[in-house]
Amino acid sequence: MSVPSRKILEVPVADGENERYSLRMGPQHPATHGVLRVDLDLDGETIMRCTPQVGYLHRGFEKLAENRTYAQALILTDRLDYIGAMANNVGYCVAVERLLGISVPMRAKYIRTIAAEMSRLSSHLLWLATHALDVGAMTVFLYCFREREILLDLFEELCGARLTYSYPRIGGVRQDVTSRFVDELGRFIDIFPSRIEEYETLIDTNRIWLKRTVGVGKLSGAEALALGITGACLRGSGVDYDLRKHQPYDAYDQVDFEVPLGSDGDVYARYRCRMEEMHQSIRIIRQCLDQLPPGPIIGPDAPDLIMANRAPARMAAGSNRYGGGLIQLIRDQDLFPSGDIYVATEVPKGELGFYFISEGSNRPYRMHIRSPSFMHISALAVVARGGLIADLIANIGSLDVVLGESDR
Amino acid sequence: MGEVTVPSMVRLEEGVRWIPGANALLGPLNKLVNWGRAGSIWPVTFGLACCAIEMMDAGASTNDLDRFGILFRASPRQGDCLVVAGTVSKKMAPVLRRVYDQMPEPRYVLAMGSCACSGGVFDTYAVTQGVDQIMPVDVYVPGCPPRPEALMEGFIKLQEKILKEQFRWSQWR
Amino acid sequence: MESMAIADGLQARFPEEILQCFSFQGQVGVGIRPDRVVEILGWLRDDQAMRMDHLRSLCGVDNARRKNGGLGRFEVVYNLYSIALRHEIRIRAQLTEEDPSIDSVVSLWSGADWMERETYDLMGIRFNGHPNLRRVLLPDDWEGHPLRKEYPLRGRGEWVGITDLQAKLEELDAHGFKADDPGPEAGDAGDAATGKRKGDC
Repeated sequence: MSVPSRKILEVPVADGENERYSLRMGPQHPATHGVLRVDLDLDGETIMRCTPQVGYLHRGFEKLAENRTYAQALILTDRLDYIGAMANNVGYCVAVERLLGISVPMRAKYIRTIAAEMSRLSSHLLWLATHALDVGAMTVFLYCFREREILLDLFEELCGARLTYSYPRIGGVRQDVTSRFVDELGRFIDIFPSRIEEYETLIDTNRIWLKRTVGVGKLSGAEALALGITGACLRGSGVDYDLRKHQPYDAYDQVDFEVPLGSDGDVYARYRCRMEEMHQSIRIIRQCLDQLPPGPIIGPDAPDLIMANRAPARMAAGSNRYGGGLIQLIRDQDLFPSGDIYVATEVPKGELGFYFISEGSNRPYRMHIRSPSFMHISALAVVARGGLIADLIANIGSLDVVLGESDR
Repeated sequence: MGEVTVPSMVRLEEGVRWIPGANALLGPLNKLVNWGRAGSIWPVTFGLACCAIEMMDAGASTNDLDRFGILFRASPRQGDCLVVAGTVSKKMAPVLRRVYDQMPEPRYVLAMGSCACSGGVFDTYAVTQGVDQIMPVDVYVPGCPPRPEALMEGFIKLQEKILKEQFRWSQWR
Repeated sequence: MESMAIADGLQARFPEEILQCFSFQGQVGVGIRPDRVVEILGWLRDDQAMRMDHLRSLCGVDNARRKNGGLGRFEVVYNLYSIALRHEIRIRAQLTEEDPSIDSVVSLWSGADWMERETYDLMGIRFNGHPNLRRVLLPDDWEGHPLRKEYPLRGRGEWVGITDLQAKLEELDAHGFKADDPGPEAGDAGDAATGKRKGDC
């Protein structure tokens, strides 16, 4: 019987003055944000070695995607990073559009940018809530969920789902925004900055918070880069790498925003980065709402949802009545170009990359997901070494990992 | 001297009555036990995947499961209900069963979400096709993920089930 | 720098290692022989004109059913990016079916550790010189490498952990320690307690 968590606590071995313990934390532990298991070698309360173990949520996304059409595999990306699912959807669609050479109308780009930034807000809110809860600030948890609920209601108005949206389509979005959505979102971004201030009042200069975060889990920029850390964690170490600026997709090159950078590379710096990012997201949403151009929401060459491998007889191109443009018949088995491509987007956790190999059929030959959380968890071994157990909790929280994305 | 009024008994639940003046409950023992159990379901937080976020949401400010007497406990030793919220991968299945085995009787299992009910969209090599393969399930809550309201409905169904039980505190009575 | 110029630079620096250049949708991939991969990637990382300091992704590809554009049975694909210079390149190393192994690049990027472990886990490509080449996503005693094309989607056979668990559950049932004994009078409330486990999955 191979139960991985059988050996929970080894008998301490007296080694002179020091007692070495090995402790297994997880996979059922409330502070591991899911089903992460961390094997710790302890000297007293100091972590001598930290070995993260993942795979408890391995669901075989990459294999499954090879057996699904591009349109079907979209729903899998919802379940990758289920906290910021919309950003994953957008990233996937951007990648497939580039692979298949599909154009997206401007309005859809703006709507997707709005949706992705809302997703960033909701992800950062959940990160703040759980991170603060782990470090001991229960109030922040309740406050963050209050605002997150408004965001989820907005998502529901936008696409009908609260958590797993599948709202973007390859070549556009599924349906247009309603005027109610625009109004409500406008009202939300008006009040939200004051709510961020509220959280900051609670913890920004809180003595306990500072003690738990300042100087904990330090990473230099070069170290973080070598470890493959991306997103706010990398920017907290002072490396200016944001794919929204580096390789702009959707409407990010049309809007004006800043990339907040930290310098210390500790838990507090990452916290400050994400808080600033929320302000920037609001800025992006406001500009997108102001500039939202009229026009179609799905491109004329967007594939039909069914994505037939062989197009039946004649199809009228450009008919959008059923939410997806129909494909013009070209030739049998030659509907899609064949080749490989790697496209990365900036999701709330970091750089989410899709590496696709297309063989000209309607299914990806290979889909590899470069997941930021996977890299962040692998970095945990370096970040947590030499710290205390309590710091490990703060580190897991600040690296902002989500196991669905890590394990795929 | 004032009149002595006999307080009328208040019906709390079927078979459970409260005598206000005497501050006492009256009813058959199993009904009383069930009433107590149904009003204090303490689930173990076992967030596995997407559904865990909705489970947290159900416990947080807006939906507030606490008002049903439902308090999330971090340890299986303190819980009497296991909410399996999310996909149970094969690597996780032995661990999940172990957590279940650590819970004291009586224990209930609530399978939350399509993945826990049946494997959901993940019909792959790495995923258990439903948590009922490794443990008995009391309530299935479908959805991908179910809304917090659906989870509440699931808990209410579980309460109804608990209220109908007879003498479930010993195998031998 | 344009990706094509990087490919030309590689061609000039390592003429005998480069197999082929692929260009698709504005991205350039360079097929290489696997023997000197650490040297090539190290050069890309350290050369002042390249400065590819960010290893974006590392994955394996099984070319068993690939019709066009494949190199050998397996490939290891490295996507590199330069944060300072904002250019990118893809390196595709060709591997044979008989010996799917390549040198590890952990010495260049410590983050490659888990990427290589994942590639080993799911694709069965071995990385020489890797400090800790174990499975990372699947359990240690898993059989087979799921992302290979011959591996069926629903798996082949059952993982020993699951069969052990099922054997244990049957044993528990046989001893009468029903996890959940409803008692004779429970009526419909105890339906779920009869342990309606499905057969093997």
